This record gives sequence, C-alpha cells and structure tokens, in this order.
Amino acid sequence: MKLYDFELHAECYAARLMLSLLGVPHEVETVDVYPEAAHLTPAFRAINPLGRVPVLEDGALRFGTVQGILAYLAAAYDTSGQWAPDTAVLRGEVAGWMAIAAELAATAGQARLIETMFAQGDAEAARAGAEGLLRVIDQHLWFGEVEGRDWLCSAPHPTIADIACFPHLVLSEDGGISRQDYPAIRRWIDRVKRLPGFTVMSGVFATSSAL
Amino acid sequence: MAQDRGALMTELCNDPVMLEHWHPVVSLEELRRHGRCRTMLLDRAVEIVAQGEGAVVRCEAALVGSLVQYGYVWASFGEAPKPLFAVPEFDEADRRFVVTGVFGVQVSAGRAIENFLDMGHFPYVHAGILGEEPHTEVKDYDVEVSQNRDEILATRCRFYQPKAAVSSDAGAEVDYIYRVPHPNCAVLYKSSPMDAARLDVIYIFVQPMGQERIRAHTGMCIIDDASSDLEIRSFQQTIFGQDKPILENQYPRRLPLDPRAETPIRADKSAIAYRRWLASKGLRWGVIPAGV
Repeated sequence: MKLYDFELHAECYAARLMLSLLGVPHEVETVDVYPEAAHLTPAFRAINPLGRVPVLEDGALRFGTVQGILAYLAAAYDTSGQWAPDTAVLRGEVAGWMAIAAELAATAGQARLIETMFAQGDAEAARAGAEGLLRVIDQHLWFGEVEGRDWLCSAPHPTIADIACFPHLVLSEDGGISRQDYPAIRRWIDRVKRLPGFTVMSGVFATSSAL
Repeated sequence: MAQDRGALMTELCNDPVMLEHWHPVVSLEELRRHGRCRTMLLDRAVEIVAQGEGAVVRCEAALVGSLVQYGYVWASFGEAPKPLFAVPEFDEADRRFVVTGVFGVQVSAGRAIENFLDMGHFPYVHAGILGEEPHTEVKDYDVEVSQNRDEILATRCRFYQPKAAVSSDAGAEVDYIYRVPHPNCAVLYKSSPMDAARLDVIYIFVQPMGQERIRAHTGMCIIDDASSDLEIRSFQQTIFGQDKPILENQYPRRLPLDPRAETPIRADKSAIAYRRWLASKGLRWGVIPAGV
C-alpha cells in the first residue's frame, strides 16, 4: 500500500492518522505540494486527475479523496468494524459528519492555506464560514458530553467521521481561528490524541496520557 | 481578530530603523513560478514583477529600491540603505542552495528570530529531530556583538541532536554558530554530517508584513550531494511547522525590549543580546520599546 503524501496537508494527515490507528503497513511517497505545486503537474494528474493529495494506492486500487481513503481503509482493514459502523443510524451519522469535514476543509482548511501558504482566496470569509461550523460542532460535542457521548457520532467509540474532521479543527489556529471559545472541541481533540495508535504531524503535539 | 488586523493596517510603519533596511520580499524561485507576487512589506502593499534576471518592486505605482541577492528580491523604502550583510557561503560552488519555502506566521519578526536562536526548545518542540529528552541542557556558549560588522555572534553552541540534518543517520553532538546580521535575518552554521571540516548554512530571512504578521523565508546552503531537494525541503518544513504554533502562542506578539519584561535564563544569552542590540538601534516598530 502506498500513500501519496504532503506533511503539512490537513487531509494527508487524516489519511496518515487512519493508517496509524489501524496499524496498516504502508509506504509513503512525498509529493512536493508546497512550494513546487507538484500535485498540479501532468505527471501527478496521471495518478489523480483531481490534482490533489492524499492518494491511496492498494494494489490496483486507487483512492483520490480523503473521504474515499478513510471509508476504504475502515471497510477493508478494520477488523473491529467500529470505524465505519454498519447500522442504519450510524451510516447516516457518519455520512453527515463526512460532509461537514469537507465543509471544514473549504473554510477552516482554506483559511489556513491562505494565511500560511498564501493560497488565493478570502481569508475573512473562510474564517466566518468556519466559525459557524465550529459553534455547531462545539455545541454538539458539549451536549454529547452531558449525555455520555464522547464522539461526533452516537457510537461509544470514534468513527472515520472524527478522523475526517480532526485535522481541520486541530490546525484551525493556523488559519487564525482560535479555539478559546470552543471548550468541548478542545476536550474532544484531547480524546482523539489519546487514542491508541494516534500520531502527530508537524504543528500538532501529543497530549498527556492522564485523565 | 479581523478588527485587530484592520487596526494594525491603518498606520504605516514610519520607523526609520525598519525603513532604512533591505527586506526580503520574494524568492527568485517563487517569482519565476508566478511571474509576479503581491505581498505586504512594513504595512504597505507591494508588487514584485520579474524582469530579466531580476525584478521590479512597486508600491502604489511608485518604484521601490530593490536588489537581488542570496536567491531573493530585497526591497527598501529608505534613502540610502546600507549594503546587505555578507554570507560568503552562498558563493561556494559545491553547496546546494535550496529554498525550503515561505510561510505566513502571526507573530512579530523579533519573536521569530529569537525562536530561531533558541536551543532550549529543541528537545520539546523538535523531539526526535533537533533534540531529545533527557538531553535538555543548553551548555554554556559565547555571545558577542561585533561592532565592526554590527551583528550578533553566538559561538561554541553545542547540542545533542538525534537527527541534525536530512543526511544524518545517527544522533550526534552538533556544533552551532549563530549570526544575526540584520534585525530580521539570522544565519545558522552547523556541523555538516557530510563534511567534518565545513559547516552547513541554514537561514531565516523574515519579511515583516506588519508588526505582528510575517512571511518567514527559510532555506539552506549545504554540503549534501545525496539528498534530493524534496527531502531537504520536507525536513526543514517539518521543523518550521513545529515552531509555528509555538510562535503564534507567544504573547505579546511584539518583542518586549525592556530587560524586566520577561525573565530570561542563562540559556537565553543570545536572546538578551539580541533584544539589547535592537533597543540600541532605537527600534520601536514590531517591538514593545523599553520603558513603555
């Protein structure tokens, strides 16, 4: 198995994190995304016509979106069946939060790319969109804590939805979005960081194992 | 946050110390890739357009003084900025020159330079690369301000590093020399894993967009004929990505120059000299001047 990867890319981190949580052996091929923009070259578009990382290759199979990668890894390599649960309720919840993860990429993730790597776009608009999402996620997690639910979906364990949302939330400060007003998101970030097999990326630090 | 940034933009930098220096605005590599670059320098919007081997810099249609050196376009709003500091290693033909990228950071230039000079954070922020517990001690080193060259020099710095460079295959006690030849630029010389007799050069050239917002240009001029540009770049980007959240969580974001403002320890000798040196220049922009 091979992951086409760029260290500082939020969605590549989601893929690396899932591989690490599942303990799936794989090789990594670094793509020079910044500053070289190697993901937009014809050579890379032959691998992923979308011109995007991450890309996961497993034998002859290739997945070129983070949603596809997480869903495939969970279905093919998760013997516990927990990461992409198979009940009607959880299928619906996971699909919903995967869509929110994509919205986080387009807002919080975009603000980060504009502020940090000088991508084109309106940083203020991206931040405003992200703040709206973070408020809703924080409320959802806060009520979850009251009800004894630790994760985005109603399962008693994390799902691929948590992993899809995690990079954009943990890296939000890069885009100028403070998490000071979102205490439930901060506690959920610490819970993700304490999962067995959790891995850091440059700019994300481990947390204590206490609590 | 948006309001803060707006308030900072309304007043343009009028600090003669900053105005009279050359500042990096874009790497030639980035300029070649895009043909032009719109960015900020000292609160002013500037545009850099490639022209022949060099570049033209404009601010609101007016030409801005510029020069090309060390792979970058430098600009100055000053009448007679003094020549840019010397880094002779850039002219050594057998060195690899790799621009490792430019990153936006919400911090003052002074905080970024001070972090670059600090060895104490290596085992915690760059664990497994530039440092590792329990090797946390910053051994005593020498700092001097060279009056002739008007720069800070920290020598005899040593630190145990598990992976000092992309070409390292084992941990080693690494020798460092730091130079700060410009208020916003620092150059680091460290033992080369490839050549015991020579030192690798790693630089940070900070472009102050505003008082609390920078573009950090980093790169290397090293002896390494084995690693690819991509490997060298990835190594440095990982390190810078680790520093970034630390930098952005320092408050105040401007560098306090009053010696009583923050409590230094012995390991901070170079930072103390740096702050004193900035204060002696009368710098007031991007810092909190002493006695305020």
